[in-house]
Amino acid sequence: MGRTLSEKVWDRHVVRSAEGEPDLLYIDLHLVHEVTSPQAFDGLRMARRPVRRPDLTLATMDHNVPTTLDAGGAMVVDDPISKKQMEVLGANCDEFGIPLYPMGHRNQGIVHVIGPELGLTQPGMTIVCGDSHTSTHGAVGALAIGIGTSEVEHVLATQTLPQRRPGTMSVTVDGELPPGVTAKDMILAVIGRIGTGGGMGSVIEYRGSAIRSLSMEGRMTVCNMSIEGGARAGLVAPDDTTFAYLEGRAHAPKGKAWEEALDVWRSLATDDDASFDKGVELNATTLVPHVSWGTNPSQVAPIDGNVPDPEAIADPAERDAARRALAYQGLAAGIAVRDIAVDTVFIGSCTNARIEDLRAAAAVLDGHHVRDGVRALVVPGSALVKTEAEAEGLDRIFRAAGFEWREAGCSMCLAMNPDKLAPGERCASTSNRNFEGRQGPGGRTHLVSPAVAAATAVAGHFATPQELN
Amino acid sequence: MDPIRSITGTAVPLDRSDVDTDQIIPAEWLKRVERTGFAAGLFSAWRKDPSFVLNQPQYAGASVLVAGTNFGTGSSREHAVWALTDYGFRAVVSPRFADIFRSNCTKAGLVPAQLDVETAAALLAAVEADPTIEVTVDVEARVVRAPAAGIEAPFPLDDFTRWRLLEGLDDIGLSLRHEPDITGYESTRPRWLPTTSPVGG
Repeated sequence: MGRTLSEKVWDRHVVRSAEGEPDLLYIDLHLVHEVTSPQAFDGLRMARRPVRRPDLTLATMDHNVPTTLDAGGAMVVDDPISKKQMEVLGANCDEFGIPLYPMGHRNQGIVHVIGPELGLTQPGMTIVCGDSHTSTHGAVGALAIGIGTSEVEHVLATQTLPQRRPGTMSVTVDGELPPGVTAKDMILAVIGRIGTGGGMGSVIEYRGSAIRSLSMEGRMTVCNMSIEGGARAGLVAPDDTTFAYLEGRAHAPKGKAWEEALDVWRSLATDDDASFDKGVELNATTLVPHVSWGTNPSQVAPIDGNVPDPEAIADPAERDAARRALAYQGLAAGIAVRDIAVDTVFIGSCTNARIEDLRAAAAVLDGHHVRDGVRALVVPGSALVKTEAEAEGLDRIFRAAGFEWREAGCSMCLAMNPDKLAPGERCASTSNRNFEGRQGPGGRTHLVSPAVAAATAVAGHFATPQELN
Repeated sequence: MDPIRSITGTAVPLDRSDVDTDQIIPAEWLKRVERTGFAAGLFSAWRKDPSFVLNQPQYAGASVLVAGTNFGTGSSREHAVWALTDYGFRAVVSPRFADIFRSNCTKAGLVPAQLDVETAAALLAAVEADPTIEVTVDVEARVVRAPAAGIEAPFPLDDFTRWRLLEGLDDIGLSLRHEPDITGYESTRPRWLPTTSPVGG
C-alpha cells in the first residue's frame, strides 16, 4: 500500500527502530530561541555533553525583543529579566558554537519566519524547535514538530529524538476561495470544525485545490495553526509553488545539487493508493472571513454571524467553556460580530507577519485612516520582511494610516516584550491564540486575517475591506 | 529524573476543559532561565480569584490534579510541567492530553493518566464531594484507584515510557547508547541538505 507524505518523511529519518520502543528520528534542523533553551543548555553542562551538530542548529532572539528604538535609534531592553534571558542565549551559543542571529542582526526575526526565508526550511526535512508553532515549516513539505525543553536538550546532545509514529489525518479544502477570504479564514474554519483536540496524536496533511492555490505564505499560515487543532504537525506536499519559493534562497541547494534535491522532493507527495487514519473536507467556495469570539481558537464565528448563546450549546463541557469565555471576553450572548468594537489592532506573529500579509493589510489601508481611539501596530515577522516592506513603501502606507511601524519580533502575540494589552482591552489580532491573558493579563483577543485586521482598525469594529468603500 | 512507581495522595478537582499552558504558567514566568521556582506562577491569573480551587484550604497538599478534557493545549512550554511539579503535583488525570504537554510530563517526572470521559468525570465529582479522598496513580500497574469512590480504571502508558518512569532513566543517555547508529545514519544523508553555517555577505 502507498504511503502518505508524512510517512515518507518519517521513514527517511529513522535511525533506529525496535519493537516496543519509539523510533529514533534524525533531526535535520534544530531552531533555538531564548525562551525554551536556557535550561537545556544547563542540562548539557551538568552532564558535560557537547552539542552534536551545531552546524544543523540555528538560534535567534524573538520572544523578548522590544519592537521600538530609542531616540538614538538603539534597541534598549528595559526589562532586566528579558535582557538576561537574551544574554544567556548569546553566551550559550558562544560556548557551544551555534550560529546566532541576535537582536539587531539583519537576519533576526521570529524563528518560524526566518527559517523559510533563509531557505533553511526545505521539503522532506525533519525540523524541531522548542516552540509549538514549529508546524509552520510544514508548508514546504517538511515534518516540523514543536518540542519541550527536555527534548531540546535531547536534540542538542544527539541530533535525534525518540518519537512514536503519529497518526495521519487529511484536511481537504477544495474549490476557489471567494475574494477577501484568506488562508487565515480557512484555518480558523478548520479549527472551528475539528476543535482544539481534533488533531491530537496526528500529523495533518492539508490537501485539495484550495490549498494548492495558496502561496507559500498562505500555506505557512495554515500549517502554523495546526497545533491549535491539537495536531503534532501539519504539512503540504511540495509542488512548483514550493520550488519557485525556495530557488535562489540563501541556504537552498544550487546548481547540480538543486536538481538532485528536486528529484527527491518530487517523490515525497502522498501516493494515490495511500490512506489516512481520518479526514475532514471543507468547501472553499462557501468560506467567509472568520473572527474568534472566545478564549480558545476553536471558538470562532463567521464575520457575518453572531457570538453564540452558551445556553443553546448541547455539550455540557462546551457550554461551560462558552459561558466562561463570554464572561472573560466581556461579550453578551448573541451579539453580532460586526457590533464588537476594538481598542487595539495587532498585525504580526509567526502566523501573519510575512511580506504577503503586510501587503494585504497595506492594500486595505491605502487611502484610509485608523479610527480615532484605536491603537494599531504592525510588527514585521523578521528584519528581512521589514526591509522588503520598506523597499516597497508599505511602511509609508501603514504610517499614513495611523499604524505604528515596529521592529521585528513576536511582540504582542504573547506579550513577553513591552507590547501588551491592558486589562479589559480588546484586540483584533492576526496572531494564533486567543487564550485568556495571552496578549497581556486581562486582555481580550480576537483572531482575524490581516485584511480583516486592517479593515477593523479603520472601522473601529470588526469589518471586511469591502465595507470601507 | 527520580524513579516513579506509584503516587498516592489527595486530589484537586479542576472542572474546566481546554486548560491551555498559558493558564498553567503565564508567559511572564517564561523569562526565567532556571528550571525551578515556578510554583507561585502556577495558574497565577486564576489564583487571583479567592474562590479558585487551588485557594481552597481543603485541597492543600494534594499530589494529583483531576482536570477536564484537552488538558495542556497550546504552547510547548515545559515550564507548565515544572510549575505543576514545583507546586507539589505528581500526576494529572484528564480524559485527553495535548501531545506536547504529555511528552513533556514524562520527561520531567509528572505522570499523565488518561481516563475515559465517564471515569474521569466520576473521579472529579468524587473529589469535589470529598476532598479527603485518596487517589492512587499506579505507574507499575497502569491503574488509577480511588477506593473510597469505588473507582479503579486502567490508563494507557506504553511499555517504554513506563520502564523509563519506573527506572528514572535519562532519555539522552538511552539514545546515546545508539551513537553508532546515529553516526551511520549521518553518513547516508544527502550532501545537499542545508547547514546553518552563515552563507553570503
